[in-house]
Amino acid sequence: MTDQAPDGQYDAWLDSIEAGDGYYLECENGHGWLPPRRVCQQCHDRDLSRERLPDAGEIASHTTITVPTPQFEDDAPYVTAVADFGPVSVTGIVRGADPGDVAIGDVVGLEVGERATTGDRLVVFRPR
Amino acid sequence: MSDPRIAGAGVTNFGKHPERTGRDLFAEAGLAALDESGVDPEDVESLYYGNFMGELAEHQGHQGPLMAEAIGLDVPATRVEAACASAGAAIREAVKTLRNGESEVVVVGGAERMTNIGTAAATDALAIAADDLYEVRAGMTFPGAYALMARSYFDQYGGSHEDLAHIAVKNHEHALVNEHAQIRKEITVEDALEAPTIADPLGLYDSCPITDGAAAAVLTTEEYAEEHGLDAPVAVTGTGQGGDNLALQDRPHLAQTPAADKAAEEAYGDAGIGADDVDFAEVHDCFTIAEVLAIESLGLYERGEGIAAARNGETTRHGDLPVNLSGGLKAKGHPVGATGVAQLATIAWVLDGSHPRADAVPDGTVGVAHNAGGTVASTTVHVMEVRE
Repeated sequence: MTDQAPDGQYDAWLDSIEAGDGYYLECENGHGWLPPRRVCQQCHDRDLSRERLPDAGEIASHTTITVPTPQFEDDAPYVTAVADFGPVSVTGIVRGADPGDVAIGDVVGLEVGERATTGDRLVVFRPR
Repeated sequence: MSDPRIAGAGVTNFGKHPERTGRDLFAEAGLAALDESGVDPEDVESLYYGNFMGELAEHQGHQGPLMAEAIGLDVPATRVEAACASAGAAIREAVKTLRNGESEVVVVGGAERMTNIGTAAATDALAIAADDLYEVRAGMTFPGAYALMARSYFDQYGGSHEDLAHIAVKNHEHALVNEHAQIRKEITVEDALEAPTIADPLGLYDSCPITDGAAAAVLTTEEYAEEHGLDAPVAVTGTGQGGDNLALQDRPHLAQTPAADKAAEEAYGDAGIGADDVDFAEVHDCFTIAEVLAIESLGLYERGEGIAAARNGETTRHGDLPVNLSGGLKAKGHPVGATGVAQLATIAWVLDGSHPRADAVPDGTVGVAHNAGGTVASTTVHVMEVRE
């Protein structure tokens, strides 16, 4: 998708992770969100501040996907997981671990990797 | 405010009909519904039509008027899209229109053509109901999303893949006599457990098939049904809809579906019933774990207890609370935009005694339909009751 227009704040968010400066958006009541986001859904606060994303998160759930969409054909099988980073949770692909060894509660770091099938950027979790 | 009556319903055979256009599928279902209703087509005042992936599967948007034309109507026609809950959301629009007096007769339905583009492209098309930026780009598929929910459920409440297998076995058995069902084949727990994995812990038999098909129903006001002497004993007495964050990552629980809780609470309140009054349910079992989450959100089971319902025989046709007498999405099939109305048709036919599994609830008077979109970011619940 390199020849397409970037997806604004989403691509900027990936840039920030690549630069080691990953962030999330927080309202005055501490509710966390990922960009693009203009308003807190829970308290309607529009004054969202940029806060540093914790360096490590915990796997909340995971699955090894063996039947992918065509855009991930050459990546399969791969482990998609949701990881809890405190104020926000993030969805990504776990790399650097045998799929059978991934478990709920595993501590992972966040980085940007590349999709094997298309070369697109993607969120990668790596065990800490 | 009177409750709309179901004057007639129609469904196509669900299955692989790659050569059949969406408009032909809907024409068959819509005309069957009009025939069963006995309503003069000139009296129909609007069409609400559910469809999810028409642009991707048929390169066809703007399907509302196309489908009105297909069933011989010249009425205001609106396509409603809420992913797999599109038809449930269409029912809700129809009910509101009838209740507020804008129309006396409405056709509601849905259709989906899916197998013509093949499994890979259909999987891709279905995935657009998830959050594209944060889920699809992380390799999320719909089996994958429900697998995340299943693993989280097992972690929080217990349960196993074998418990889920009992749901697949039950729904396959229910579909054996359903002539419209896509899969009429009995399976065993061992078959389900030994089937290829799609997204662990979910395997082939935890997943509904990819389906072409259509469903339609004719709804009228109570007054119209009386004035025209229609045989329409079943009423839609409650409607509810709930929403949630599109992406699983933005929800506090992966093993609960609060959109369905909200929809059920609203629908039960609207109908003036409680979960204890429900005699049977058609729920959105796109994956086996989804049936568990549905019956818990509907208040039919406490959290953590729905997982054992099929294994214990409670939700089979011989149990106290049959779930998915049609075979559910699992065996009947899931033509996405039609599913909500197919559920309504099943409940109407069970309640009026014409469904082949009506003998499971011979004294049943209250049925509930649960139709969920995406990973339950949209849910509609409808209560249907016998009103002689």
